[in-house]
Amino acid sequence: MTPDLLSLTGIIKSFGSVRALKGVSFDLRAGEVHALLGENGAGKSTLIKVITGAHQPDGGTLAVGGVAVAALTPARARDLGIACIYQQPALFPYLSVAENIGLRLKKSGPFSRTRWKEQRACAKELLERIGAEISPDAEVSELSMPEQQLVEIACALGTGARIVIMDEPTASLTQKEQHLLFAVVRDLRARGIGVIYISHRLEEIFALADRVTILRDGESIGTNPVADLNEAQLIRMMVGREVSQIYPPSRSAPGDIVLSLKKLGSRAGGVRSVTLDVRAGEIVGLAGLVGAGRTELARVLFGITPADSGAITLNGQPIAIRSPRDAVSHGIAYVPEDRRRHGIILEMPIAHNITLAILRAFFPLTLLRDGAETKLAQQFLFDLGIKAYGPDAPGASLSGGNQQKVSVARWLATNPKLLILDEPTQGVDIGAKAEIHKIIRDLTRDGLAVLMISSDLPEILGMSDRIGVMRGGTLTAVLDGKTDAHTVMSAALGKEVA
Amino acid sequence: MIQKHFRELSIAVALALLLVALAVFAPNFFALQPLLSRLTAQTPALVAAIGMTLIIVSRQIDISIGSQFGMCAVVAGVLAAKGVPLPGVLLASIGAGAVMGAINGALVAWLRLPSIVVTLATMVTWAEALRLWQQGRLLDLPEQVKWLALGQTVGQTTLVVFAAALVIFAAWAMRNLAAGRHVFAVGNDAEAARLAGIDPQRVTFGVFVLMGALIGIAAVMSIAQSPQVQPTCGDGLELKVIAACVVGGVAVSGGRGSLLGVFLGFLLLANVNPALTHFHTQAYWEKAIQGLVILLAVAADGVRSKKAINPVVSAVQ
Repeated sequence: MTPDLLSLTGIIKSFGSVRALKGVSFDLRAGEVHALLGENGAGKSTLIKVITGAHQPDGGTLAVGGVAVAALTPARARDLGIACIYQQPALFPYLSVAENIGLRLKKSGPFSRTRWKEQRACAKELLERIGAEISPDAEVSELSMPEQQLVEIACALGTGARIVIMDEPTASLTQKEQHLLFAVVRDLRARGIGVIYISHRLEEIFALADRVTILRDGESIGTNPVADLNEAQLIRMMVGREVSQIYPPSRSAPGDIVLSLKKLGSRAGGVRSVTLDVRAGEIVGLAGLVGAGRTELARVLFGITPADSGAITLNGQPIAIRSPRDAVSHGIAYVPEDRRRHGIILEMPIAHNITLAILRAFFPLTLLRDGAETKLAQQFLFDLGIKAYGPDAPGASLSGGNQQKVSVARWLATNPKLLILDEPTQGVDIGAKAEIHKIIRDLTRDGLAVLMISSDLPEILGMSDRIGVMRGGTLTAVLDGKTDAHTVMSAALGKEVA
Repeated sequence: MIQKHFRELSIAVALALLLVALAVFAPNFFALQPLLSRLTAQTPALVAAIGMTLIIVSRQIDISIGSQFGMCAVVAGVLAAKGVPLPGVLLASIGAGAVMGAINGALVAWLRLPSIVVTLATMVTWAEALRLWQQGRLLDLPEQVKWLALGQTVGQTTLVVFAAALVIFAAWAMRNLAAGRHVFAVGNDAEAARLAGIDPQRVTFGVFVLMGALIGIAAVMSIAQSPQVQPTCGDGLELKVIAACVVGGVAVSGGRGSLLGVFLGFLLLANVNPALTHFHTQAYWEKAIQGLVILLAVAADGVRSKKAINPVVSAVQ
């Protein structure tokens, strides 16, 4: 029997007084997809950084191909054939695909000549090997996120990687793009490469992985063949408690129509002829593939790319929304996708983040009362269960789920009539996800109308009272919340709804 | 607390050491009338530093303030020479500064041009316009402008008290008015601010207009100290003021900084020259030592935030 590609035993790693890893063992065989699962903070990232040499473990041993390796550095890890593909590919945006691959594959001195032809041929060959239809001459900034990930994978192959780590590769992919990526992962497996696969989406684990290791609080809870487990068992192992019901039930009967769209369109925004009603106390889920126009519709409603045709009615009053300020003054709130960039300001304290949207630009001479601001922030910290050492903690100090809650709190502070959520639980661990779902549901009980965009199909199905499906910039179907995944997917793909 | 106000504390310590050293070795430094004169001479630049702090916190830069200063001073001087009373002169100077600031602001905010390029262009434009207009002449000022017609000591005291009040008010406003928070938000992340319903373009425009208006005030404070106006009186002002901001801990990448830090940084840099004189060292060391102070401050930032922002480290991870 050949030795394992990678084997870690009793890895310990502490940061100050925090023990991030408390003796974790992990192994990876050739030609397998090994999923790594755990809530945020369970130690997955730390373990990955130990494997890529970014962190030195305090204890335990690490062996690659049966040979013990001491003092692993990132450069040494690369030489040993360990490659990591991050959620956000680390490519140079203004260089071509071939240049990016060339830079990654070859260490060259400042005066070595670039062999353009050779570089291009090599990039082309690698891209073909993974079945990616990407021109080596394309500039990386023009590529979509999944295409960039494919370039990363091509780089990994090119460096002769035998161990490929994928950290939440599908977080920003559409269903279709996921399937493409899955095919590539399966192809890697067939070539005898070991893949460590990290994802919060359980259905992916079942679709793709051979074995799964669950981390909780820096300890390995167990490694099992995926075939031996079901979803409920996995969740129980991750959170250490029974999560009986992932989605809170819809209880409220919807009230009056809050938002009504009639043939709404925006040429600049890429939205055409959307007709939709959202009632008070109702959650309308927006499903569709990425690029179907869901985020675009939200941006039209929030005045970022204003509508140029059709009509918007809010509580029976026709309104025009020409800027985010207009939207805010009409009581529309938008919690954007990609909270790390735009949802919260990482350098600012939580309290300032929460009050940002109520400090209206119309009254720049508004006096801020420190006491009132702190009190408001504390109220939200308590109400939404935001874990932070206080209202003065900077946004950057929070975990993803808590940052998302702050982003939601900012908008609840404006006392909105309509809340638009764009991927509210993206990259959030399962525990926090359930809490956010509960918060959203609770809000509707007070009569808030919610429009929720999500690429997570179970989330759409579990949360929505009604589901709008978008395709090609317009709304193609409005389904009852009790529909099934197949119907939603069919509508999103443009097939006949049975 | 110490962590958060590290920069303010370290400059305060440096400044205190300098002052103590002066008190021990050159007690003449604290002789009242010369001290007041030196303080007064620094007040126009201090007022300009308020505006520059806002500009840099909002993630912009304005290198045209030296030219704006010259233009405002000449406008004020011409009007004063024609017998316009002092309040009118002040208003005209503020207006001229605000217009020049508005031009910078409009180009940066709505045409989305980089502020370094816009203000480089306006810097040259105003300086050349002034040269053509005045042909290098010195403007003689009427008596009633000098020391605001209050006499030297009272006039000097008035200017110092006024500048101090302005700094204190601005520091308070940056913390306690929504507009101040908006400046920080836009400097940190303009897109996030926009999604929070703030109009970053308006904030940027407003900050440039305020910068110009403050230059208008500073220019009048400057001509009140001299019998003549030189069209080149603002040359080099931008460097002095930006240096004070950088030493005072305002992040060049925007979103971070305090007026207290800038005030202390300003005092530290402004005291290098008089300190050298009182230590009987040759004064041409001044620029070199100021440069060293700036380098030290920036290096301190680099060392302190190495883990957080070092691009080399994060690329490897």
